[in-house]
Amino acid sequence: MSIALDIAGLHKVYRSGTVALAGIDLQVKQGDFFALLGPNGAGKSTTIGVISSLVNKTQGKVQVFGHDIDTDLEAAKSQLGLVPQEFNFNQFETLLQIVVNQAGYYGIPKTIALQRAEKYLSQLGLWEKRNARARELSGGMKRRLMIARALMHEPRLLILDEPTAGVDIELRRSMWEFLRTINQQGVTIILTTHYLEEAEMLCRNIAIIDKGLIIENTSMKALLAKLGKETFILDLDVLPSALQLEGFQWRALEGQSIEVDVEKAQGLNPIFSQLTAQQIKVLSMRNKANRLEELFVNLVEHGRGASA
Amino acid sequence: MNRRYLVAFKSILDKEITRFMRIWVQTLVPPAITMSLYFVIFGSLIGSRIGDMNGFSYMEFIVPGLIMMSVITNSYANVASSFFSAKFQRNVEELLVAPVPNYLIVLGYVGGGMARGMLVGLIVTLLSLFFVTIQIHNLAIIVLTVVLTSMLFSLGGLINAVYAKTFDDISIIPTFVLTPLTYLGGVFYSLTLLPGFWQQVAALNPIVYMVNAFRYGFLGYTDVSLWLALAVVVSFIVVLFSYAMYLINKGIGLRS
Ligand SMILES: Nc1ncnc2c1ncn2[C@@H]1O[C@H](COP(=O)(O)OP(=O)(O)O)[C@@H](O)[C@H]1O
Ligand SMILES: [Mg+2]
Repeated sequence: MSIALDIAGLHKVYRSGTVALAGIDLQVKQGDFFALLGPNGAGKSTTIGVISSLVNKTQGKVQVFGHDIDTDLEAAKSQLGLVPQEFNFNQFETLLQIVVNQAGYYGIPKTIALQRAEKYLSQLGLWEKRNARARELSGGMKRRLMIARALMHEPRLLILDEPTAGVDIELRRSMWEFLRTINQQGVTIILTTHYLEEAEMLCRNIAIIDKGLIIENTSMKALLAKLGKETFILDLDVLPSALQLEGFQWRALEGQSIEVDVEKAQGLNPIFSQLTAQQIKVLSMRNKANRLEELFVNLVEHGRGASA
Repeated sequence: MNRRYLVAFKSILDKEITRFMRIWVQTLVPPAITMSLYFVIFGSLIGSRIGDMNGFSYMEFIVPGLIMMSVITNSYANVASSFFSAKFQRNVEELLVAPVPNYLIVLGYVGGGMARGMLVGLIVTLLSLFFVTIQIHNLAIIVLTVVLTSMLFSLGGLINAVYAKTFDDISIIPTFVLTPLTYLGGVFYSLTLLPGFWQQVAALNPIVYMVNAFRYGFLGYTDVSLWLALAVVVSFIVVLFSYAMYLINKGIGLRS
């Protein structure tokens, strides 16, 4: 299977001196539905800006379906559809003008562009509004207009930067449904979000970005399993080499300590009973600080705040 | 130019022309009114008292200059405000993410500015027919001059828009540079009226060459050498085009 997006060693330092990306490596496979999750200011939009050549990178390599943006930019651009975080259309143009012109920039002649405009504007529930000026649309409609616009040249990779921010629940669900259909038709989708729920609903794979670094890059399933797990550090009076802890993943640490992964459903009792049975005393116990965990607590709280 | 580029270029041009036609009350009507006033006041009322200018009635003499003045102002204003507003509303990103080479972005916007400049020029020419019988000495020179001049000032407007950070920034150059240069550019008087030293100063004003070349197309009369005039305009175009390309390639004001 080919690679839709390949990012290696990506750095971005803005003129202001802000280090937005501190060395990102990321691969997204063709056909994937991929989430880029992270708190505000993590570097999601900057990453997308670099991929879509709206932001100049400081260092690193980006390839879209094998086309390097440094040497083969037009080919890379042709494969890519972008739905940016902020509205970026001319408010005074009509929907039809906006999408047909956009197709034109990709070399799509007007007759074909008009057919596609009908197809995508209809699918996104905007065909009735085709002759309205963009500024007359509601926020959710503007968001969908940008999706229609991004699909006009039928890109193989669609990138959406926080597409559901400020969109009500009802509309959010229908948007998810639409994206799922597009993905099933073979379009690779990358979506940034700071709602874990959204990533969970839609995405197969996920990368978590924080302070310009990827801190986790795995399947959605593995991530959820990981999040359902806590790690405890137990200081023991003795640490026999033959220590048995049935049903738990554990690792020996320096001295007489061990680190045990505990799924929330398991509880701690079986650990204590097994240790007691082996005549091992637990001197102290603490929770292992986990950056991912902390991040998620923040994200989840933030997400609740935003949807409330 | 391959087919894909041609479609892209036509799309930008189409969008630009649609824009100024949509707001025709702001783009086409004001120059028509202003120039009609010039015709009435300078041509009919005052002009009759001024008498001949190098063997032509004052009205005959100033009409080509006034047409040129509206071409200059409108080409410049079109690209300056359209490109700046595309930056401001961020819809310039529609072009930046698309596989459109930078020279096509420049040519597309410049083409839009030329279209408005020339359309306004045509409107003003038609209006002038109410006040004067226009003679045509050399149509090819008229067309060539108007094409080159509108191109030159469209490029100027584009460069202005690249640097502009607020709407005020796109009116500074027209107010403080273009308008004075145009008024001093031999629109209203023959350079031969100026004392020797000031004639030499006027020769540094590029607008003098455009106005004179254009006037030559109508009257067959020019204060400066026609070939020098065309050479000056073409040189300016080459310089401004290269500079515009440099700015867009660098992404000044466009890419962070
Ligand atoms: N144009 C810019 N100039 C300077 N700093 C910027 C610019 N855009 C973003 N930043 C900074 O870069 C960091 C990453 O921002 P961004 O990529 O927008 O994050 P996210 O999309 O994840 O919220 C932030 O600290 C932000 O303030
Ligand atoms: Mg963002």
